[in-house]
Amino acid sequence: MAERVLMKGNEAFAEAAIRGGCRFYVGYPITPQSEIPEFMSHELPKRGGTFIQAESELGTINMSYGIGCAGGNVFISSASPGIALMQEGFSFLCSAEVPLVAMNVSRSGAGIGGIQPGQCDYNQVTRGGGNGDYHIPVFAPSTMQDAVDIIYESFEIADRYRNPVMILADGMMGQMMEPVVLPEPKTLYKDEADIANYKPWALTGSKGKANRNRIKSYHAHPAELEQYIDYLYEKYMRMEKELQRAESYHTDDAEIVFVAYGSMARIVREVLEVLRKDGIKAGMIRPISLWPFPTAPFEALNPEVTKVVISAEMSKGQMIPDIRLALKDRIPVKLFSRTGGIIPSTEEIVAFVKTLRKELK
Amino acid sequence: MSTNRVMIAGSGGQGIILMGKLLAYVAMEEGKEVTFLPSYGAEMRGGTANCSVIISDRPISCPVVHKADIVVVMNQPSFEKFESAVEPGGSLFLNSTLIKDPVTRTDIEIYKVDANKLAEDAGIGRSANIVMLGAIVRQTGIVKIENVTKALKKEFSGKKVVYLDANLLAFQAWKTG
Repeated sequence: MAERVLMKGNEAFAEAAIRGGCRFYVGYPITPQSEIPEFMSHELPKRGGTFIQAESELGTINMSYGIGCAGGNVFISSASPGIALMQEGFSFLCSAEVPLVAMNVSRSGAGIGGIQPGQCDYNQVTRGGGNGDYHIPVFAPSTMQDAVDIIYESFEIADRYRNPVMILADGMMGQMMEPVVLPEPKTLYKDEADIANYKPWALTGSKGKANRNRIKSYHAHPAELEQYIDYLYEKYMRMEKELQRAESYHTDDAEIVFVAYGSMARIVREVLEVLRKDGIKAGMIRPISLWPFPTAPFEALNPEVTKVVISAEMSKGQMIPDIRLALKDRIPVKLFSRTGGIIPSTEEIVAFVKTLRKELK
Repeated sequence: MSTNRVMIAGSGGQGIILMGKLLAYVAMEEGKEVTFLPSYGAEMRGGTANCSVIISDRPISCPVVHKADIVVVMNQPSFEKFESAVEPGGSLFLNSTLIKDPVTRTDIEIYKVDANKLAEDAGIGRSANIVMLGAIVRQTGIVKIENVTKALKKEFSGKKVVYLDANLLAFQAWKTG
């Protein structure tokens, strides 16, 4: 087995990005992810990359737009309100088909909110706050190893679809330490000259050619724009089909099925053990992709067996519309929620389930 | 099959985070599953700091510790805050140099460690945390003494090597409760 190293979440995320092909990082400090830019500032230049501290989140996303147009593999990170500031940029990157990997190490609450962990950016990352018809795939790891593996893979996903990819973690994952096995570093392009081979669409210089590459977000004529939107829509539908990911735990015989992602999924895993020891058949669906929301494990649930589905979130039911759609409303959905930066204990979720069972009887 | 939940609290600058990291690192080297979770926020020198470490034979679901079987308190405010966090039958290690209040709990084991004094005797007043680490490891056997010694040699290497001998002395300073 490869060597396990003990790393802080934020540092492991940054290391995974470098190993996955990140050659540019642009960032601006914000708790609880500031160790990512800190780590990148001293590690990325040593590994052949470029670190840029932007003057703001607007600078971050727009410099990255430029780097992406030129074919550089770029990683950015921020936390909830910082990601909110970047929304215009995400819309532009999608419309211009510019790949990028972004990470939200999320906080709690709307507005300035709090700096403790939360999951209330679900709608922000899955729906987006930018204008237009666009989608960004969102992956939500629940352990450090999940996070390292998905960040490592994300650069290729972003390049494959020429689209930004979002990783959603939270403050607990960013701050905690846990052993991880780091993957071997990979090289997506050898040097700047090689970018033109790896990304033939990138703006690497026209070199006197008549047919120059063009990347643009603006389409003046409605018919031309509609055609372009239809082309992107077809791509999003392909992403929706190809990028759904989830894990199911003990759902086959479960009378109660939790839906939980990220840090919440870690806690629910222990809740399942406790409930099963008490003779209560409980299972969990852990969406790994939040957009596209994974429908197959919900279609597999049998309403004769599963009597209730619980959306366990550190937000106020933001995931429930996606669950109801995936379930086609065949099974009732209840909410278990803690917010404000409070991470629920196993005991309180177990108690919630026991009360709920009494009410259902 | 066993799981140890450890909570370490004190003031910023007392080396709370280092104690937690060392414990987690040594346990990982011993092949255990570990998590380490620091408090974070508007932390500063002199403010409060705490961290939780979980050491287990099995994958750890949640790194948050609400009740711990080992609680370490390095100053008076953390004693007041975390005395109640010890599981019944668990152990409370307190820095008796700085904590003078009597312990009210009768359902736990109490170890009073004169950590600042012992650290000064070892010639390194700042290493009260390492004295305390020695006490925890010696008393609970949560990790092996020789593996902590190895980790200390790694921690205090390079420019920090000048502090190694005093820290090794500090680590061995506490003999018995």
